[in-house]
Amino acid sequence: MHVEQIAVFLENKSGRLAEITATLAYHGINIRALSVADTADFGILRLIVDDVESAKKVLKAAGFTIGITNVIAVEVADRSGGLAQVLMTIEKARLNVEYMYAFVNKSGENAVLIFRFDDMERAIVALQQDGFTILSGEQVCAL
Amino acid sequence: MTTLYWEEEIETLPRVGLESIQLTRLKHLVARVYDTVAPYRAKMDAASVKPTDIQTLADLQKLPFTVKDDLRDNYPFGLFTVPMDQVVRVHASSGTTGKPTVVGYTKKDIETWAGVMARAMTCAGATSRDMIHNAYGYGLFTGGLGAHYGAERLGATVIPVSGGNTKRQITIMQDFRSSVLMATPSYALNLADAMAELGVDPKTLALRVGIFGAEPWSENMREEVQRKLNIKAVDIYGLSEVMGPGVAMQCLETDRGMHIFEDHFLPEIIDPDTGEVLPPGEQGELVFTTLTKEAFPLIRYRTKDITRLIHEQCACGRTMIRMEKITGRTDDMLIIRGVNVFPSQVEHVLMGVEGVEPHYQIVVSREGNMDTMAVKVEVSEAIFSDEVKNLEKLTRKIQADIKDLLGVTCKVQLVEPRTIQRSEGKAQRVIDNRKI
Repeated sequence: MHVEQIAVFLENKSGRLAEITATLAYHGINIRALSVADTADFGILRLIVDDVESAKKVLKAAGFTIGITNVIAVEVADRSGGLAQVLMTIEKARLNVEYMYAFVNKSGENAVLIFRFDDMERAIVALQQDGFTILSGEQVCAL
Repeated sequence: MTTLYWEEEIETLPRVGLESIQLTRLKHLVARVYDTVAPYRAKMDAASVKPTDIQTLADLQKLPFTVKDDLRDNYPFGLFTVPMDQVVRVHASSGTTGKPTVVGYTKKDIETWAGVMARAMTCAGATSRDMIHNAYGYGLFTGGLGAHYGAERLGATVIPVSGGNTKRQITIMQDFRSSVLMATPSYALNLADAMAELGVDPKTLALRVGIFGAEPWSENMREEVQRKLNIKAVDIYGLSEVMGPGVAMQCLETDRGMHIFEDHFLPEIIDPDTGEVLPPGEQGELVFTTLTKEAFPLIRYRTKDITRLIHEQCACGRTMIRMEKITGRTDDMLIIRGVNVFPSQVEHVLMGVEGVEPHYQIVVSREGNMDTMAVKVEVSEAIFSDEVKNLEKLTRKIQADIKDLLGVTCKVQLVEPRTIQRSEGKAQRVIDNRKI
């Protein structure tokens, strides 16, 4: 039920993000979702892509430091309150969110929320109990 | 294990015999230098010392020091003691901080050098059966040719691969079955990184031991090299002014210190500020007098290297005194807000943090009247995290450890891999942007 996310270390230098996206584009890798966490000194780019293995290989070859993390993708209806409902479940289960980001799928009916929790296994159970749809890596890429 | 010596008699000579040889050679040297080199004679006259004043080894202290500026002032050949037709080779320093310093060798000097290098390699367990991979740079730098002649004298097979072209070096190591690596420690790590990238397992190589020198390196870096290359890493010391590599060498019996080949190079430890000779075992600036060199002898040459001498006899049976690993240089020493900082101390801290690679750079700046020190550290996969808080925890830990050891507050800056310049030879560890 996990989705593999690639995290890339970014120095605060102009053009680094462009280099990553150009590298992925050159190898025909599609980015499904991304977020950037930034501090005054560095940033962490987090990516969900359609071909994790290739992305890993080409980014490493281009000299980037990368890490693979498991995250959870939750599908919700793209309407007011969609995220609030998920967060209520998380609050009820007393789970900590390390970070999250979201994207809307092509049809525009559903939104996908990407979560990293301190306790991933418990989060999956809690979300499934409350009837949320958790997507696999293939499902996220197929959206 | 049976310890191998290259010249057993002299290497294990009782101290009293060794000191008698040193005194005879010293008297002869001082007399010859006084007679043949005008700048030396002028300095001795100014200090009111005559060659006949040298009656014991302690009388050495009466003689004036020789410093790098003396070499520059007499550039290029002014301090040579023999006519140029007897000089068969010259080497020179890079001259990054002014004119290069030039050194010369007679035929006999080259033989002496090859002899001490063969002795040094034997200290590391090398024999005529070894395949010696010499990755020290060939050229004006003494490292390449010094090691080369020593390896040939030993009767080993020498691969004069020199520095650079790392991928080819690895292929040669695989195909030629290199068993002894000679390189700067930072280049050894460079090789290890390249092997990891190419998927070459060091265990599949024939490498057994590495002889590393030409730049200061910490004990933690030694462990790193040993682990990554799956070899024993030993320390060699030398400087071109005194001879080149082969002035002192660590043996396989101990990780503590290098044997100084005292029958050729007479060491002293002085207080770098006052010039006073320090009591045995104290840390200070290393000073050398060359006892046998013909073309370019040196009397009381200040090396600017900081170390201490170890007087206890080594388990290997050699009676020659040991010097500890160089902890820094008097001119590498940074003074940051009044605190003395050696790059090697920063390296020591970094190597103590799990996953941190020894690729770092210290950047010193001045903001207003305040000195600031930033330490750039490359982010390897081992320390990278997708969570900001983990990376911030890491930088705080390094900052705290540096503060604990050095007493200096610094800023740790994480940088992308391979953004700190890798040298093929010596690594540039410090950038001082202060305009003082």
